[in-house]
Formats: sequence, C-alpha cells, structure tokens
Amino acid sequence: MTVTDLVSYDDALATYDPVMGLEVHVELGTKTKMFCGCSTELKQDANSQTCPTCLGLPGALPVVNEIGVESAIKIGLALHCEIAEWCRFARKNYFYPDMPKNFQTSQYDEPIAYNGYLDVQLEDGEVFRVEIERAHMEEDTGKSTHVGGATGRIHGASHSLLDYNRAGIPLIEIVTKPIEGAGERAPEVAKAYVAELRELIKALGVSEARMEQGQMRCDVNLSLRPKGAEKFGTRSETKNVNSLRSVERAARFEIQRHAAVLSSGGTIVQETRHFHEEDGSTTAGRIKDNAEDYRYFPEPDLVPVAPAREWVEKLRAELPELPRVRRNRLREEWGVTEHDMQSILNAGAVDPIVQTIDAGAPADQARKWWMGELARRANEGGVDLAALPITPAQVARVCALVAEGSLNDKLARQTIEGVLAGEGSPDEVVAARGLAVVSDEGALGTAVDEAIAANAAIADKIRAGKIAAAGALVGAVMKATRGQADAARVRELILERLGAEG
Amino acid sequence: MTDLTRLTAAETAEKIASGEVTAVAVTEAHLARIEAVDEKVHAFLHVDREGALAQARRVDEKRASGEKLGPLAGVPLALKDIFTTKGIPTTVGSKILEGWIPPYDATVTRRLKEADIVILGKTNMDEFAMGSSTENSAYGPTGNPWDLTRIPGGSGGGSSAAIASYEAPLAIGTDTGGSIRQPAAVTGTVGVKPTYGGVSRYGMVAFSSSLDQGGPCARTVLDAALLHEAIAGHDPLDSTSIDAPVPSVVEAARNGDVKGMRVGVVKEFAGEGYQAGVMQRFDESVELLRELGAEVVEISCPSFDKALAAYYLIAPSECSSNLARFDAMRYGLRVGDDGTKSAEDVTALTREAGFGDEVKRRVILGTYALSSGYYDAYYGSAQKVRTLIKRDFERAFESVDVLISPTTPTTAFPIGERSDDPMAMYLADLCTIPTNMAGNAAMSLPCGLAPEDGLPVGLQIIAPAMADDRLYRVGAAVEAAFEARWGHPLLEEAPSL
Repeated sequence: MTVTDLVSYDDALATYDPVMGLEVHVELGTKTKMFCGCSTELKQDANSQTCPTCLGLPGALPVVNEIGVESAIKIGLALHCEIAEWCRFARKNYFYPDMPKNFQTSQYDEPIAYNGYLDVQLEDGEVFRVEIERAHMEEDTGKSTHVGGATGRIHGASHSLLDYNRAGIPLIEIVTKPIEGAGERAPEVAKAYVAELRELIKALGVSEARMEQGQMRCDVNLSLRPKGAEKFGTRSETKNVNSLRSVERAARFEIQRHAAVLSSGGTIVQETRHFHEEDGSTTAGRIKDNAEDYRYFPEPDLVPVAPAREWVEKLRAELPELPRVRRNRLREEWGVTEHDMQSILNAGAVDPIVQTIDAGAPADQARKWWMGELARRANEGGVDLAALPITPAQVARVCALVAEGSLNDKLARQTIEGVLAGEGSPDEVVAARGLAVVSDEGALGTAVDEAIAANAAIADKIRAGKIAAAGALVGAVMKATRGQADAARVRELILERLGAEG
Repeated sequence: MTDLTRLTAAETAEKIASGEVTAVAVTEAHLARIEAVDEKVHAFLHVDREGALAQARRVDEKRASGEKLGPLAGVPLALKDIFTTKGIPTTVGSKILEGWIPPYDATVTRRLKEADIVILGKTNMDEFAMGSSTENSAYGPTGNPWDLTRIPGGSGGGSSAAIASYEAPLAIGTDTGGSIRQPAAVTGTVGVKPTYGGVSRYGMVAFSSSLDQGGPCARTVLDAALLHEAIAGHDPLDSTSIDAPVPSVVEAARNGDVKGMRVGVVKEFAGEGYQAGVMQRFDESVELLRELGAEVVEISCPSFDKALAAYYLIAPSECSSNLARFDAMRYGLRVGDDGTKSAEDVTALTREAGFGDEVKRRVILGTYALSSGYYDAYYGSAQKVRTLIKRDFERAFESVDVLISPTTPTTAFPIGERSDDPMAMYLADLCTIPTNMAGNAAMSLPCGLAPEDGLPVGLQIIAPAMADDRLYRVGAAVEAAFEARWGHPLLEEAPSL
C-alpha cells in the first residue's frame, strides 16, 4: 500500500475509534549488565564487553543485578504500580543468532510491577490517564549487522556480523493497557505518553532514555473499531518507533491505513510493521500467527525476586517529584501559560531555567534567555540546549550584570555570544570586549548635550511637557555611544537637562 | 612396593603430606594405569597428562617449601566431561561440542585446582548427561570394570568406571536423575548427590537446571566426604547455590554410627521389576542397620510412583531450552556453512548432525511439553507432582532421620540390551529420581553382590536437604560393618583387568 491509498485522517476518525497499546523498552543505565558483571558502556569495540554468561557459553549461569531490580521497582512505583512481593524470571524461547542462549531471560506472568497509570498532559493542558498493564525486567539482545545487501536488512545480505556487547544489558519493558477514548487525539496521546515516560525515567535517574541512541524504544500497537463498537479490531504492531515525532506519525499513519483497508472491505492482518522515518509510513514485517510460541517457563537458573516491603517503601519515600507535577508547579511559580510551558518543555529548557533561577536569576530573565537567544543558537547549531557551552550559572551572572546596570540588553546578548564562542566567563568577555555600560557621567553628559543641540525641535517639545518625545533623544544618545550606555540613565539626564519631570 | 593406584584418597594424601611418596609419583602411577587399562574400559575422553603432572609438581614444590597443603593435595581425580576446563576440551559426550576448548573454568574445576587436587582428565558420559548406561556418548560406550560387556551406569559411567578400575581414586559426577548414584551402584563404588545448591553449577553444562547437581564419586565413604568438602559451598556465580555453611560431612564420615537413629524403608521401592538378588542384599542391609542399633520402620511415599513420569516432562522441558544455545553461531560444531545457506539452515543442519537420538528425543519431548496449550497439562502437572514428592519427603522426615532403598532395581545390564528401549532404560533411575525432584541429598554405597550374577548392588541412603552429613554418618557405619563381614572392600572382588 502506498501513502496515496490512505483514507484522510478526518474521514478515518469520522468512522472509526482507535485503540492503542504502547510497549516501551528502556535500557537501564546500570554500570553492569543484568545477569553478569560486564560493562554496559556504549560504542566499544565489537564483542569486547562479553563474558561466558552474556555469550551464553555452555555451563555459564546468570546472577541478577540488584540495581536493575531496584530501578524496575522505582519505575513501577513512579507509575503507581503494585510491586510484586514475589516474582520470577521466565525464559522466552526463540532462535535468533543475536540472542546468545536462544532464549531471552524475561518475565512472563509474574512481572515485578503491575496495575498502574501515568497521567499525561496534552498541549492544551488536558490530562489523559494512560493505564499501565505492567513493567517487567528483561535483557537486551546482541546486535546483527547485515552486510552486502542494499538496505542493511537481512534480505539480500551476503553475511551478518554479530556484536554481543549489548546482549544482557538490562531492559525494562513498560506495557500500557489498551488506550481507549482518545479519538482523534490518539497520536497526540501516544506522543505525550512516551514524552512523559521519558521525562519520568530521566527524573528517576535510572536511564538517560536517549531515544536516538536506542536507550528507549517504542512499539505502537494500533487497531480500529467502528465507532460505538465494543470489540477491539485486529491490531498491527509497529516496531522500533524511535522518536517522539515518529510515535505520533506512526499512530497517525496506521489509523489512516487501517481505515483504508477496513473501508474497502478488507481485513487487517495481525503483523509486525516497520516504520520509515523518511515518509512516516509503515510496511509489513513478519506475520504473527499461531506459529509464534515462545514456550515461556520459569527460569530455573535464577531464584525468585522477593523485594522486602521495607525496601520498597524506602524507595517509594525517595521518589523524586514526578515530572508532570513538577512542571505544573514551575508553571505556576513562573506564571506562564500552558502553551509556553509546553514550548519550554519541548525545547528541553526546564532544567536549565530552574538551575539559572537557583543560581540567583529572576525567573522571567532566566526564561527569556533560555527560550530566546539560547534556544535560537541551539536550534541553529542543531544541538540540545543543555549541550550549549554556557552554564546556567553563567546565564545567571549575565542577568545579574543587567540588573546592576553594568550591561544593557544588547550588551548582555554580546556577552552571551562571547561565552558561547569560548571567550571565557561573562565577566571575562565583558572585560575583553569592553562591553561595560558607559556610566562616566562626564562622557554621557556630553553626548546628551550634543543630542539636545542636534535635535532642538524635539527638545522644545519635551520642555513643553511632551515627555514621550524623550525616546527619540535617548535613541540618539544610544547610537552615539554605540549602545554602551544605560538607557534609563540617559533618559534621566535628558529630562533633567530640559527641566521636565519623568 | 605399594601399588599407589590401590590406595584410598585419604591414604594417598597422607603419604604425600608425610613425604612418603611424591604427588608426581602418584600421578605417574595413575597415568600408567590409564595407559594400561583404559583402552578396554574407555572411562576417559581426554587425558591431560601434562596438566596433571604439572599440577603434581606444584604440589610437591609447595610441600617442599613448607606451604600448607589441602587435605586432598596431590590426589588424582577424574572429572566428568560436563565441567568446563579452561584450555582443555569439554565435549559433554556430544559431537556438537567436539573440539571446543572452554575459555573458563567451572567453579568445581577451580575449587579442585585450589584444593591441590590433580585432574587426570575428562571422563565419558551419556551425551549431555541423558542416559543411564553411558551408551549415549557420541564417543562410544564405557565398560563396567566388573564385566566389560556390561554398562557402567550413566550418565556418569566414565567417572565411576575410572574409580572402579583404579584409574583414579576420586571422580566428580553430576546427578540429574541418578547419574552419580546409579553408576556408583552398578560399579560397586560410592557416589553422593549433595543437596541441590550445595555444589555450584557454574560451568557445569546444563541438562536440567532445576535438577542438576554435581557431587563426589569415590571408593570409600570417607574419600567421598573429603571430596564433597573440597567442592561444596556458596558460589556467588550460581544464584541457586546455598549461602550457608557446608554440613560437616568429613566429621560425619569419620564417626559412622547409626545407634538410636530412625531409618525408613521406602515401601514403594520394591516389587515387580526389582531383581531378586538386589532385594536380597537390600534386605540384608536393613538387618545390618538393625544390628547396628538403628530403629527401622517402613515409610510410604505414595507420590514417588509418579516421579518418573513427572521427571520425563520437567527434565526434557528444561533441556529443550538449555540446549537451544548450540546453534553453530559462537562455538562448537558448524555444519553446512558453504556460503549459500542461511543461518537458520546452518543451525538446523548442525543440530541434526551434532545431537544424538536420545538428546533429540528429549528436546522434541520438552519442546512439545512447553508448547502453548500443553504447558498446563504437562509441565504444570509435573511441577505439581514435584510438590507432592517434596511433601512426601517432608512427612517421612518428620518420623525418620534417613530413608533407604535399593539404588537401582537391577545390577548392571549388558551393553546394548536396553539401548532400543528408552522406557526400560528410564526405569534404571526409578529409585533415584525423587531425590532430584525434591532437591535433598542421597548416597549410594555397595551392599554386596547379587547372587545370581555376581554383580554389585547399591544401597541408597536419602537425607533431608542440608543434612548431607547424615548420609556419611550412616554410610560410614554401614561400610565398616560390611567390610568387617566381607573381610575386605567389595571392589577387591572385581576381576583384574
């Protein structure tokens, strides 16, 4: 099916009601793998981070990483889940060359966390509750690189290379219950859910959750049912949708594709689908039928996990403020609109702004710089805001220099430019570039006198009480001092000289 | 001069420690014995002559420099080829691992080395420990030193035959359903399955993870205890390993005594299928225990009748998953990789060529038993039987200190007799399987020769979990009484090879 065969989004939603299920895999940021002592560091030489256990050598055995379990419990608690008092790992049996044991050590009917929810806030402030079915622990597979084919896929490849460095890295799989009732907002809900989950994972400190590095991966399951129907339709499972935007696009595409198939009298096949970043489409992968039987059974090599209640309660007490709650608190403290807050969030500016405020800057100033000049610079450079070579403390220092009158807005902008260019701290840039406001009353007085002399007509108006006209003279003085004057002081001097009251 | 191969491990260690003999001399004597008889017995798959001599020399040097030696320092040992040995081939009796050189030592291997024990080589076994006769080895059968045309038991036939033929005073076996005890019984030697979790499984190639347990094989109860102590204890690399002190097995073996002990005879282990001579020797053992001051009662364990059936669901289920890793991708055999075939095809061809019939039978059985729609009926029901067996043991141990039974219903059968009849073969483990299902400890030791065929009969002693020391206390008493009656160890009646 090509994109042109799709039913329009509005037409699809007029007839059908989408039901979604989202499965998110999060790679934990533990130092070592889930069942052995190998390092989890990324981008190392192929197969350099392996041992008998994660290579599945004969005789080798797994041992559970306690930090992995702790992280899973934290995630479960933050998702308002119940934490199992006793649960086991299970083996998911299937053959694939990048899976060393040809079974994945996972959890089946005894997940560590279950029955929770995550409230996600849409751009207009509406809160949508996504119910969580379960969060369970498992291990990642190795990585296959298919060589010689045109697409990098296995089809047409001459051979494949296997790197087991990733094999055994701890994963938490978080599965939602069917998300119903989102209607036309389903794609937006999907995106907001993944975004909220990512913020949550980061706030818990259990993973950096970088989607572009595969630390967080999302499968979008979607089905349509005729409006008013109870029974779910057949679903498709779009695998590895790895950016927030893609999650939204994949859901949207599948809604349109399902609607096209159903409206033309066809049936949806239960299958996995691949998402294509280039055009936002999906194409068919494996057909899922009864042949898929993972023969799950309890992992006999691992003892059950029975987290002590005191431990769970301790972890619950230590949970950080949830991102949505924190955002709403900050929104109120900063006095910004829901929409502005969403922009701040999208720009990744929440933490920099908070840190800038913590370093002493007024909230509006901190927000102004991070969402203005700095956001623009980050955007131009294609980097994260947090990756800019300026610290919140430095931004706060610039704000302080403005507040004390040493810098005006234009000079502050130049100061920041200097810091970003690697010229040193704000004070060093100010000194080196000679950016301090001209506060020498003598020099400033001369400039004011010259401006009055050159603009006699305006000066007369001011003398006559038309104070608003002073702006023109202030502008002239600022121009003459190449902006290095404190505009407020200039205005005072002009009014003083002309005997007008400000 | 003393024949160094006829000494017990305890005696050998003593002579080495006192300087009467060197470890090198002891090792050389055993290597010479292997050279002389193993062509007939075929207990070994690999003899590590150089490694053994190097270890023996280290022991002698340690002694010379006054370093403290372990209680079994310099004693040679035959290691079942299921334990990984760094730099030494480990085949598990299978073609699929032919030529594989492990890059790491099993915890048991490491502990043996740390105990200054000399590993002579790796012993033959049924492929992946699946069998009761060692006929399922991909490298040919092992002969029973009592009669080379008969089976030495299995799966650890190589280990028991090595001891019984004086190729080594000690050996290590593994016991999933009787693979230490049944070979011990049919070769007239001692074998112990410790409590599950008592000996680390790290580096022991898995057959059925929840049942597998490594343990000692020896010619005397004391030797078995010394070896037990050397290999047992908590291992952080095996999460199922017990984090508690090892029961005092050596002390128990040195103080054999059954006075005042309550001994239960398992009622279900008798009747049809039990050889008359086996039951005769067993009944005599019961009498002997009474004479030694034990109180003997009959105990019924009704669920034991279902143990064999449940075992043949659980063990194959786990093995179907454990053996999935043999896919030709990372190690071992690779068949059909001619550049035209897919990875799936190469995996299939390799498993087709690399696994023997019994392994395939169990992988298929287990795959089926775990399949969706069948899981509850098969694997699920088998787990319930397992719970019932545990309860039977718990109830029994409320009224007795140990249970006893014949180790195996018959003496050693001729090679080939049951190889086409899996059900007949499986019955050899009838009396040993319940212990694996419940995870407690058991020993087999010789209790005489069956009158009708002159072959050894084993007496099984079963103790509660973590009470392995009881096996040795009872075993040592029985052993001493029998040897007093016979005038010598039973093995001396074996024909010379």
